Amino acid sequence: MAEPRACLECLRRSWLLATLGPYVERIATGEVGSRSPELLRLSNAELVEVAAPKAAAQLLARISSLPEERLNEELLAADCWACCRHGGHYPDSLRDAADAPWALIGRGSPRLLAGLEPFEAVTIVGARRATSYGREVARELGRELAAAGMVVVSGLAFGIDGCAHRGALDAGRTIAVLGCGPDVAYPASHRSLWRQICEVGLVVSELPPGATPWRWTFPARNRIMAALAGMTVVVEAATRSGSLITADLAADLGRDLGAVPGPVTSRASAGPNALLASGAQVIRDAQDVLDAMLGPGRRPINHSGPALDPQPEAVLAAVEAGESTCDAVATATGLAGPAAAAALARLELLGYLSCSSMGTYSRTLLAKSASVAGGRL
Amino acid sequence: MLAIARTFTLDGIAARPVRVEVDVHRGLPNFTIVGLPDTAVREARERVRAALVNCGFEFPLRRIVVNLAPASLRKAGPGMDLAIAAALLSASGQLEWEGLARVALAGELALDGSTRPVQGALAMAEAARESGAEAIVLPVENGAEAALGGGIGVIPVEALGQLPALAAGEWEPARPEPMALRLDSPPDAPDLADLRGQPHLRHALEVAAAGGHSILMVGPPGAGKSLAASRLPSILPPLAPGEALEVARIASACGRLGAGMPRGRPFRAPHHTISAAGLIGGGSPPRPGEATLAHRGVLFLDELCEFRRDALEALRAPLETGEVSIARVGGQRLLPCRFMLMAAANPCPCGRGETDPDCSCAPYEVQRYQGKLSGALADRIDILAAVRQPSAAEIGGAPGEPSAAVRERVCAARERQEHRLGSGRCNAEMTPAEARSCVLGEAAAALLADLYARQRLSGRAHDRALRLARTLADLAGLDEIGEEQMAQALQMRRREHG
Repeated sequence: MAEPRACLECLRRSWLLATLGPYVERIATGEVGSRSPELLRLSNAELVEVAAPKAAAQLLARISSLPEERLNEELLAADCWACCRHGGHYPDSLRDAADAPWALIGRGSPRLLAGLEPFEAVTIVGARRATSYGREVARELGRELAAAGMVVVSGLAFGIDGCAHRGALDAGRTIAVLGCGPDVAYPASHRSLWRQICEVGLVVSELPPGATPWRWTFPARNRIMAALAGMTVVVEAATRSGSLITADLAADLGRDLGAVPGPVTSRASAGPNALLASGAQVIRDAQDVLDAMLGPGRRPINHSGPALDPQPEAVLAAVEAGESTCDAVATATGLAGPAAAAALARLELLGYLSCSSMGTYSRTLLAKSASVAGGRL
Repeated sequence: MLAIARTFTLDGIAARPVRVEVDVHRGLPNFTIVGLPDTAVREARERVRAALVNCGFEFPLRRIVVNLAPASLRKAGPGMDLAIAAALLSASGQLEWEGLARVALAGELALDGSTRPVQGALAMAEAARESGAEAIVLPVENGAEAALGGGIGVIPVEALGQLPALAAGEWEPARPEPMALRLDSPPDAPDLADLRGQPHLRHALEVAAAGGHSILMVGPPGAGKSLAASRLPSILPPLAPGEALEVARIASACGRLGAGMPRGRPFRAPHHTISAAGLIGGGSPPRPGEATLAHRGVLFLDELCEFRRDALEALRAPLETGEVSIARVGGQRLLPCRFMLMAAANPCPCGRGETDPDCSCAPYEVQRYQGKLSGALADRIDILAAVRQPSAAEIGGAPGEPSAAVRERVCAARERQEHRLGSGRCNAEMTPAEARSCVLGEAAAALLADLYARQRLSGRAHDRALRLARTLADLAGLDEIGEEQMAQALQMRRREHG
């Protein structure tokens, strides 16, 4: 396929949005009618009129006089490319939506976007303030889905997003959708992750290079994430979380919606639990996602850990029951401290457990060999 | 007339010889001290004047010049009073002491002429021996301490007034007995039996003590981290005689030997607001810091993440080399600091840990907090022990194994290490080459190789696991590291941040 190209009109729209950043920030609220995805349905003239009535004529004139060469130069300088809704490379999944972005600015491999079908991509979203349970699940989901050939879409944010990207990078392809220019690593501490995704995956945004993030740009990029993938999975989210906006947008588009169940006492799992109560798919692992998107049994993930002796089995059961330190495991199982430590180390090596940098253990999604057949119907 | 006496000034923990030259000649009455004296030395004028008069001597109304040589060395502290007074008496003809230049004197004077103890008497006695002095005259309180040095006569005095009798040979005080090093007596520290339940934490402490490994405990407040830390000295092996002398020398230089030699190894727990200079030593002349005071013992950093970053950074090089190097105008001072590092931290700023639903910390706060663990000192930490709140049943349960029993196993393991590595060395100090030459069982090697391949371990982490496994094997009395020991070591090792 040829180099991705965007028409001038659509490119100018991106630059207009970046210019309007602070104006839209003032008028975009959480109220129905003034959410940023709704505002972005407006045409250039309408949007400018709503956001900056005093400077409207001036802004429109400035945008419509932007020369194409300069825009292309800026793209080239930032090592980015653009595609628009009138050309190739623009994914079909975005075309039908009323609030679809006019142009997408990308950094990384354009082939990932071209012809991306919704059933090939999964969006994983969740709270920035995630628990270690949520992070572990996000990482495993990202890894397993990428290994099964799916493109993992997420938003590069702290917490769930970052873990989903990292998991996917371990095994396959991933797309990060940003609320700022694709050449801006935001949050800054995810710079190395952003760089990795630029190298082997794709970073896209509807904003031009150098654009800074605003509060309203995050719900706006959520609509792109929701539209790109056939299914949106919410791993962890508090009751008033941006991830739930993504879930709503996905449901509005008629995409599948999945949620990872969590403890009913955990604030971080309140969002997904509520989604489950209102009919979202239960996501326990990557197989649940594949079954929901492609039909049960169409793409089986067939792997499980090796069989265990009774002693590690008991230690594993203790961790599954919620014990996270070696002391707690030893006390719960009645093992001596050293024996419990050795069992934990072996289980970690086998992939059943993961250990945090603070020395606490949690269960991974790796299924036990004996329970594979019986656990799922 | 001119008279010369010898004394010392303390520099770090070493005593440097100082020649006190006193010249008394005609002129306007005046008393000057030259030779880079600090305020305490300069104030010796008033103390010496009053002490002389109150002991029945005459203070010469002449021009008195005291020169402290070498003039380039900064002199500090009140310990030169006695030498200045003796030289002044000799120069003014009130004290006939032809052997004055052959003995060394150190001591502070009270206004009534009685002597007060000085800091660093042990180092001064040793310096006096090395500089060829026949004996050292010291305040009586410093006698036992100075006699530890050996090889030199120690003459304890109680007042300036005793000098004429001493000089005339009419009076010979009893030679003091060297201070007891108390090597065999059990340490003063509280007993490990107080740590109830928590089998893994107990085991981690035992391994740390056996191999000299540094250990980091992470857990919520009140989980028993500080309790465990304060029990560590009670399971450490006793000091060897040479080590005890090093500890005594440092304690003496800090004036901490007044009540006799403390039992067991030093245990220092500085507060987290400590400055870098307070931690590793500093000032001019340099004073030892907490790291040096913990020499041959334990340095416990509670709330590791709350310490100032520059203070933790300053500890890095000393941890590697076992000595603090302080550069000053007069050259470089080396202070010994071979200690075991023990640290404790909360899992997040609020202390509850991220898995607790009540944890109210923002992710970037947690990240910044834990970032302190991964920076600075993390490289030097061998063992990570996650500590959790003990259950009510555990707290009310039977007391744990007493320190004496654990200490026996630790000592046996240390003996095996010394046999293999040479005296005074432990597994934590093994070089990478030594670590890699440890004999591994087949299954243990497979386990390590598996982890190495899967988690892309760094070479340093690989060696760290080997050292830990070696200590576990020493505790088990094995020559070859078995699979069980390797598995335990892999569990205990500190995780690299990813």
